[in-house]
Amino acid sequence: MQPSDETRSIPNSIMPPLTDFLFYAFSGLTLACGLLCVLNPFSRNPVTSAMFLVLTIVSMAGLFVLLHAFFLAAVQVLVYAGAVMVLFLFVIMLLDLREEERRRFKTFTLGTGALVVAVIAGLLVRVLSGALPVSRPGPGIEGDTKVLGRILFEQYLLPFEVLSLLLLVAMVGAILLSKKDMK
Amino acid sequence: MNPLHQYLLLSAMLFSVGLAGALVRRHAILVLVGIELMLNAANLNFLAFWRYGGNPEALTGIMFVIFAIAVAAAEAAVGLALIISIYRHLRTSNVDEVNKLNG
Repeated sequence: MQPSDETRSIPNSIMPPLTDFLFYAFSGLTLACGLLCVLNPFSRNPVTSAMFLVLTIVSMAGLFVLLHAFFLAAVQVLVYAGAVMVLFLFVIMLLDLREEERRRFKTFTLGTGALVVAVIAGLLVRVLSGALPVSRPGPGIEGDTKVLGRILFEQYLLPFEVLSLLLLVAMVGAILLSKKDMK
Repeated sequence: MNPLHQYLLLSAMLFSVGLAGALVRRHAILVLVGIELMLNAANLNFLAFWRYGGNPEALTGIMFVIFAIAVAAAEAAVGLALIISIYRHLRTSNVDEVNKLNG
């Protein structure tokens, strides 16, 4: 497939060295913390995994800033690294931690899991390497909070209300499920 | 390698890492952590396509990610409540040992 001229000429013009460097730094941090989160050779403690998940999410917020989605970067830190991670840590404290530290990986699980993931990762990378997607710079477009709020409450009003209902249902469901005596 | 390409490759790798976590780890909470990583990879994809795609003025990618984050928060809350409930009934948080439908 022949890439268009647009594809070839854009990268140098819209990615100055600093942005490039920041992209590689943040993506390396994201991948390293994600790996340490799922397979940490030094610690089997779920709390360590949760802490590395926080680091992954914060470095992803950095990537969101590089993509000019400033509001979403703030939301990512507030909602994920704040609210959701507090929930995770709270539940981890309620459960038995030593059980997980004593547990050994089963070779079969590890082997089949690694095989499936390797196949899917290879497939994704191979398809993406052959795809050559056209990248347009999008000059001056930013995730501006004012514009976002206007769109959210005009064009996306119905999904927004449905979402608030969903959050209510999730709250009631969480309280009911974790109640002590379920009748 | 244009920027969109780089972001797509990164999110593919992050998705694979999350999938590995969800498949290999047996602690119920760590399975949920893997699912969160996969959701984040999908969010990164949405944002990359919004930024470098054909029509960034519509802000569709950003709206999609806002809704995805809210749904992910609801999913985490219900999932963690389920884990607590299972732990109360069966005294385990290992997903391999939860193999009966009657508590």
